[in-house]
Amino acid sequence: MDGMDVDGVSAGQIDLERFAAEVGGRDAGEVAIAGAGTRGGAPPGVRTVHAPGGIAWFEPAEMTVCCGAGTPVDVLAATLAERGQRVGALPAGGTVGGALAAGSSALTRLGHGPLRDALLQARYVSAAGEVVKAGGPTVKNVSGFDLCRVLVGSWGTLGFIGEVILRTRPLPPVAKWYSTPSETPSDLLARLHRPASVLWDGSTAWVLLEGHADDIAALARGSGLVECDGPPPLPAGGRWSIPPRQIGTLAGTGRYVAEVGVGIVHHEHPAPPREVDPVVRTLNERIKDELDPWHRLNPGIDLFAAGPVPSRR
Amino acid sequence: MPVDALVAELRRELTPQRVRTGPSELGLYRRDASNIEGSASVVALPETTAEVQACVRAAVRHGVAFVPRGSGTGLAGGATPLDGALVISLTKMDRVLSVDVENRLAWVEPGVLNLDLTRAVAAHGLHFAPDPSSQQSCSIGGNVANNSGGPHCLADGVTSAHVLGVEVVLPDGSLALLAGEAPEPDGLDLRGAFVGSEGMFGVATKICVRLTPNPPAVNTMLMDFDSVDAGASTVSAVIAAGILPAALEMMDALCIRAVEEFVHAGLPVDAATVLLVEVTGQPHGVDAESARVVEIARAHGARSVRVAADEAERALLWKGRKSAFGAIARLQPNYYLHDTVVPRHKLPEVLAQVYEIAARHLLMVMNVFHAGDGNLHPLLLYDKREPGVMERVYAAGDEIVRVSVAAGGVLSGEHGIGLEKRDYMPLMFGPADLAAQAALRRAFDPAGLANPHKVLPSPASCSDIQHVPHGAWV
Repeated sequence: MDGMDVDGVSAGQIDLERFAAEVGGRDAGEVAIAGAGTRGGAPPGVRTVHAPGGIAWFEPAEMTVCCGAGTPVDVLAATLAERGQRVGALPAGGTVGGALAAGSSALTRLGHGPLRDALLQARYVSAAGEVVKAGGPTVKNVSGFDLCRVLVGSWGTLGFIGEVILRTRPLPPVAKWYSTPSETPSDLLARLHRPASVLWDGSTAWVLLEGHADDIAALARGSGLVECDGPPPLPAGGRWSIPPRQIGTLAGTGRYVAEVGVGIVHHEHPAPPREVDPVVRTLNERIKDELDPWHRLNPGIDLFAAGPVPSRR
Repeated sequence: MPVDALVAELRRELTPQRVRTGPSELGLYRRDASNIEGSASVVALPETTAEVQACVRAAVRHGVAFVPRGSGTGLAGGATPLDGALVISLTKMDRVLSVDVENRLAWVEPGVLNLDLTRAVAAHGLHFAPDPSSQQSCSIGGNVANNSGGPHCLADGVTSAHVLGVEVVLPDGSLALLAGEAPEPDGLDLRGAFVGSEGMFGVATKICVRLTPNPPAVNTMLMDFDSVDAGASTVSAVIAAGILPAALEMMDALCIRAVEEFVHAGLPVDAATVLLVEVTGQPHGVDAESARVVEIARAHGARSVRVAADEAERALLWKGRKSAFGAIARLQPNYYLHDTVVPRHKLPEVLAQVYEIAARHLLMVMNVFHAGDGNLHPLLLYDKREPGVMERVYAAGDEIVRVSVAAGGVLSGEHGIGLEKRDYMPLMFGPADLAAQAALRRAFDPAGLANPHKVLPSPASCSDIQHVPHGAWV
């Protein structure tokens, strides 16, 4: 849908019934979902569907926005920015649904939290071709089991997200990137109160500070930070996920940029395989079997294949 | 009797002293802090993960349901044992296992009290952000089970956002680590599924929590208004102006007076409502945002603004907010506390309905709540000795839940569903939505022995209704 009303009056719901009909029920065979294609395509021979796009409503005073999963992230960001808000955890590019399905957060995860926490409600199409609602429209909600968390990072294997309500936050008055070759990551983390991001490549640190201009200037002065254009180019070979204290062990593994205090490492090499607890694997399989008994949604995806590498599909 | 055999096995696996079957002790565990009573057949007090596993395996072997329990401060009947279930009390597993100051995380056992965790890391300038009003007595395990929040969820997010990993004894007795210190473990977000699962997905035995650095600057303000409407409108206007205070709490007239008599914090007892607003962060940002909040409040009719001059005054103002439930005893001996959420802009409208509903049922109502989140806590005050009063309390509660959901809200903001609201779930969710939640539950607990009959309403046959004890909203 095209229409939206930024004053909070719903312009109508995203048409999920049509999307559900496209996905079809148990007899409709294997089906894959694709967004902007930034994370790869469907396996050969598998029918592809696209989630609807468009912003249904945006309520700045509630700090919530409702949009179709097919909405480009950049379109959503521009719309929110017009009213001084954002979903800080959304990585740029691709579609909203694609980002949620992949579950990989923006570089500002240290300050803004992971993307999974921004999802308040999802309406998705199940393997049975039904529209299912998970979560609730308010920023606080503990009504029932949290299916939203399971959908984020499930790569569309449990259901195809069609429409979401996301939590938004105010844009900061000022946001600036700095770098320093002299401060260690641990010193920076200790000295800076809740920086939005701290990156480290083994010798140089980059920091994103957000807030009041005078506070940022004072913090930068106190830590010898020098303003720079932005974060460094990120190696695209693999996205590693390690306990944050282990970033000190990355030396000698190749070129990397680590998210300090988080444990995400953007590396030139694919993530080393991780051992999977058989009990955890079984739980994953049971959830898949329960929610997609016919294994028809996004066939070929193995969530344990090689770590969460965005470019693998 | 399967219970006798279960007790014998538990006594072998734990120690006889930590397996209780005396009637007076079982009586202590027949409910949580809600009004809903059930019945336990045995209470086990494990001290290690292996002992929790032994408890769960014994329950499974004997076909007896089990109910994990923290401090018992839950308000929705989530820890109420039904049909003579085994209660697994985690209160003896209360150690802070490790703290990583640099990366701001800690591993704790489930029985650690919320405030004790913050005290344990205070010297490092850190705290655990989720802070329910019961934080002096509620356990982290209980917080995880109910995704329990508190005033500071407004800026910092709900409990799920502060739980990185959970070691869980699954309902079949196997042990699993769901996520952990690595931010993106392979597979589905089982950690996220477990948080808020109300003891129906297994028993947490270790929890990895995120710690939050204490802010360099804090400004706590109390502002009062001539009408509830003015206070509620101020809340929406502050958020709409792009300001996200660390907390934005509201008390109404009855609550103000009760609290003031109780804590003597100097609250304006002639006000219709007060807002407690806390702004935190770097000094210049705090000053600028505080000034803007005051400006907005004045524009909405704030009569006065009191700024806490020091930590002692700040603590006093918060004590007033967090003592509200204790202050009620001065008004009526009993209360029924509700927990719905409405969109912020609906606060004035829904609050007006809450007052109307209470008046129609001849009940006193007191409102103290997380206004920034739209998380209402209407307290219906009553004297249970009064004949017929409970029917009026439940009828009023029913209407409050319905108007909240009808206003675009949800059933619970932080207490959970438990037994109390499980049959209200269809107000929010359709059959397909509930079926998906039931499927998730089956994946974790195919045998259905982990805290059964909670959260999900019975199937259309209503065959399980008999399990809901007196006091539940059915």
